Amino acid sequence: MKKKSKAVRYNKWGYIFLLPFIIVYVIFQLIPMFTTIYNSFFENYMSGLKQIGPNFVGLKNYNSLFSQGDIWVYTKNTLVLWIMCFVPQIILSLLLGAWFSDTRLRLKGQRFFKTVIYLPNLIMASAFSMLFFTLFSDGGPINSLLIQIGFISEPYKFLSNTGSARGLIAGMNCLMWFGNTTILLMAGMMGIDTSLFEASEVDGATATQVFFKITLPLLRPILIYVMITSLIGGLQLFDVPQILTNGTGDPMRTTMTLIMFLNKHLFSKNYGMAGALSVLLFIITAVLSLIIFKVTGNDKRKG
Amino acid sequence: MPSEHNELKKGLGLHTRRVIAYIVLVVISFFCLFWFYVLFINATRSNGELQSGFTAIPSGNLVTNWTNLVHGTLPVWNGLINSLIISALCAVLCVYFSTMTAYAIHAYDFALKRFIYPFILMIMMIPTQVTALGFIKLVSNMKLEDSFIPLIVPAIAAPVTFFYMKQYMESSLPLSLIEAARIDGSGEFHTFNMIVLPLMKPAIAVQAIFTFVSNWNNYFTPALILHEDKKKTLPILIAQLRAADWLKFDMGQVYVMIAFSIFPVIIVYLILSRYIVQGVALGSVKG
Repeated sequence: MKKKSKAVRYNKWGYIFLLPFIIVYVIFQLIPMFTTIYNSFFENYMSGLKQIGPNFVGLKNYNSLFSQGDIWVYTKNTLVLWIMCFVPQIILSLLLGAWFSDTRLRLKGQRFFKTVIYLPNLIMASAFSMLFFTLFSDGGPINSLLIQIGFISEPYKFLSNTGSARGLIAGMNCLMWFGNTTILLMAGMMGIDTSLFEASEVDGATATQVFFKITLPLLRPILIYVMITSLIGGLQLFDVPQILTNGTGDPMRTTMTLIMFLNKHLFSKNYGMAGALSVLLFIITAVLSLIIFKVTGNDKRKG
Repeated sequence: MPSEHNELKKGLGLHTRRVIAYIVLVVISFFCLFWFYVLFINATRSNGELQSGFTAIPSGNLVTNWTNLVHGTLPVWNGLINSLIISALCAVLCVYFSTMTAYAIHAYDFALKRFIYPFILMIMMIPTQVTALGFIKLVSNMKLEDSFIPLIVPAIAAPVTFFYMKQYMESSLPLSLIEAARIDGSGEFHTFNMIVLPLMKPAIAVQAIFTFVSNWNNYFTPALILHEDKKKTLPILIAQLRAADWLKFDMGQVYVMIAFSIFPVIIVYLILSRYIVQGVALGSVKG
């Protein structure tokens, strides 16, 4: 790439290869984004069968979004659910990844275990939620099982208690995503030059030391990737609580996430409020990802 | 002997660590598989049997439940085919064009690159749901409601897949190789298709799976676009089942429907898993 004249001749191909991405991005994401922002400044909803608006109302939608107070509850719900899911997920994935890639440990049946832990990720979230809904319903198999083994005497209402309902949602998400994360992290761990591990072995380092002093620092780019995608995914949490609670966010809206709230507005065609909520979500996402970029020092890689 | 002693002093012995690892793995595997086992058992039981409590032994009503479901109101076959078409096309378009985009950024030096690369990293953070409102409006303006096009074509612009491909290229696609191809007289497009794509195979395999799965699972966007019964994908049908007054439902049918959405994927996955895991392993050896 140092010979300038040659480089210029080839480099027009850079634009050509970028073209499909740019065209599709502009049409299906950039334009909708501007339409969304634009709509957030308009009053536009159905009152019974009557269409109100669209009338320009400035920031009124934002105002009512915050003054109604629901937004804080749903933001808290979403974050609580994400943390409940992400913390065990990343610990589990790092642990399994380290074990699988540890050449000294030489675990047998690795292929079986990898196959099994990745399996839940392939499961359709809505079908999985429907399954959990039936399994954990008041008269469902889990309750019968727990009664049969004498663990409880009467059915435990999993979906009527905040803790258990949230626990189910977070647990399902964790179950569905830890395999994916493990595979990504493991791929990164196995990419680490094995001579580093051999050298540390000669120096008498323990597995824990190797993990914290060699594996983790070298894994940073992939950890950043995993964390960013998980954060984005966490804010998008929708399918599982939506199906599990049939869109109600029960009990007492403690499992109602931000996207479920958005979905409600979209289905009731309250486009003004949906727009304001979307813009808000966009800002939250942007701020959170900026924090992650800063904390993990990703700016170093940008060059 | 000295090394053995050393290990005991500095941390848990290898043997102990191995035993702990196996126990944890078995417990985790149990939690991954248990639900599907129960699902299988329950799909074989009749409504009456299901009401009478849990058992670990399958019954013989699988076929009856299945026939009842197929002759019921849910268009399950259409759902399966629709889901398959959308997910497969998304996966193909997504990995091909994401690799192409990553290649454009990785292999060429052009004026706008300084602007476009950070731009794509920035938009990677934007969830699709955030632009859903504008997306619905666009789709209805284009008269593409109840069409698969708005669900498939956007897969071409997938910043997350692009990011993965770009990372992979940084570690395993030497620019000298592209130079060599040029010296041999290979055209740029030819180089991309014949040299870059095969080298990217492990990354492509991983991302194709991820893309297929995320589209297979996708409920939010299709539910907003597809309204006609015959056009609906499986997740929408499941949601419909959930919204129905399920207490009156034949629970055997409900379980068969869930099994129907889950087990084909599990079977295909079990067949392909060797290549999936291998692909991941291959990709990392080079890294």
